[in-house]
Amino acid sequence: MSLLATRDLTIRFGGHVAVNNVTCAFEPGTLTAIVGPNGAGKTTYFNLISGQLKATSGTVSLDGRDLSGQSPSARTRAGLGRAFQLTNLFPNLSVLENVRLAVQATRDGPHRRGLNLWSIWSDHAALTDRALEILNTVSMADRRDAAVASLPHGDQRKLEVALLMALESKVFMFDEPTAGMNAAEAPVILNLIRQLKNDKTKTILLVEHKMDVVRELADRIIVLHNGTLVADGDPATVIASPVVQEAYLGVAKEAA
Amino acid sequence: MSDNLLEMSGVHTHIGAYHILHGVDLAVPRGQLTMLLGRNGAGKTTTLRTIMGLWQASQGVVRFNGTDITRLNTPQIAGLNIAYVPETMGIFSDLTVKENMLLAARQARHAAQMDEARLKWIFGLFPAVEKFWNHPAGKLSGGQKQMLAVSRVIVEPRELLIIDEPSKGLAPAIINNMIDAFAQLKASGVTILLVEQNFNFAKRLGDSVAVMDNGVVVHAGSMQALADNEALQTSLLGLAL
Repeated sequence: MSLLATRDLTIRFGGHVAVNNVTCAFEPGTLTAIVGPNGAGKTTYFNLISGQLKATSGTVSLDGRDLSGQSPSARTRAGLGRAFQLTNLFPNLSVLENVRLAVQATRDGPHRRGLNLWSIWSDHAALTDRALEILNTVSMADRRDAAVASLPHGDQRKLEVALLMALESKVFMFDEPTAGMNAAEAPVILNLIRQLKNDKTKTILLVEHKMDVVRELADRIIVLHNGTLVADGDPATVIASPVVQEAYLGVAKEAA
Repeated sequence: MSDNLLEMSGVHTHIGAYHILHGVDLAVPRGQLTMLLGRNGAGKTTTLRTIMGLWQASQGVVRFNGTDITRLNTPQIAGLNIAYVPETMGIFSDLTVKENMLLAARQARHAAQMDEARLKWIFGLFPAVEKFWNHPAGKLSGGQKQMLAVSRVIVEPRELLIIDEPSKGLAPAIINNMIDAFAQLKASGVTILLVEQNFNFAKRLGDSVAVMDNGVVVHAGSMQALADNEALQTSLLGLAL
């Protein structure tokens, strides 16, 4: 069964159809890159999946369950994890506290059942252990006590992925994860995405303009153009297709 | 007068309690394209904002055309024929694309007074600007807003263009258009200062380069020399690893 699916997904802004009847399924263990010219509808498609925008028509489903009417937070709880480029971190809390809050959000522990000092303490210890385990996975355990605001940009991005892991996300959505990073910083987040790919239960969606990144990471590429899905397939075939060469990479134009 | 259109010497900038720039020395040669590189948090954006008077330098001097502009306010600095695209782009979302362009065109009071040939050139570079001419700019995608932000600073000839990450969020075909555009602008005598993270983009365009780290310029020279020296690239730009 496919994990994440959109069926006839459409949104109109007045007369403009930003995403037009997109039907597509995303399997676990696969990284799908979404490419297309600026304004093709890539970020809007993400917004429709994560619930930041409400579709005019069509559905979004996860494991066969229709999420179309659900709020963004309900979709997050259902397993849709979206990296938001820093806006969902608590800047004044420590690295550990940020991750622990995310772990706590997924647990039905004693902290949800009223005041009992012993259970609060033991529960707290369990949450901390899980948070540290996740920080180890993303190689950030040594920064556990640092205030988030003091972290370099690359580490903040990494922490954001740690939060998605803590939320036990099934789907990881990245919108230009290396934007604003230099050649030395980008590998930090790319290595982490590579590491996520090794977990075959996760579905990864990546919007990215850097074709070297797409070539290296993607198992599959879909192309959006004017809101419509115009190509879908393995990276080599899609990159070689005329629609990508002309409309996106501008290769034919250069040759002319 | 020196060959540098813009010069910073010993510039320190504080933002609240934070000491961000620790004595920046930067030269932007006249008629050239200068790339300002460095990891996140190195002080690149603060350097641009200090040039534009958006942060006040606490020490040191910024000179434009040999004149001290350190204590001028931002409108006065812009009035010297300097155009700036901030990291946040500064698009007026409720205004149309046309109105955003018109605001930047100081010589024009109506759309009809904007330089038609120049607009045609811009439409060729960034088709989205023409396509959404009468639409609210807030409806544009991230990459299209970036195209509009760059279009605004080239709507009229300026002596110095300062752009914070021009290639951010742009599709490859548009980045190629932008590289052509900067080359044409340079050929017409414009001096350009770009902050850029995309080294391939920087390499194709830059004449001179300055690399920042920890609030100071740690390397300055020709772009060609840096592009040809992989060891130097690793030591300067691989610092964050």
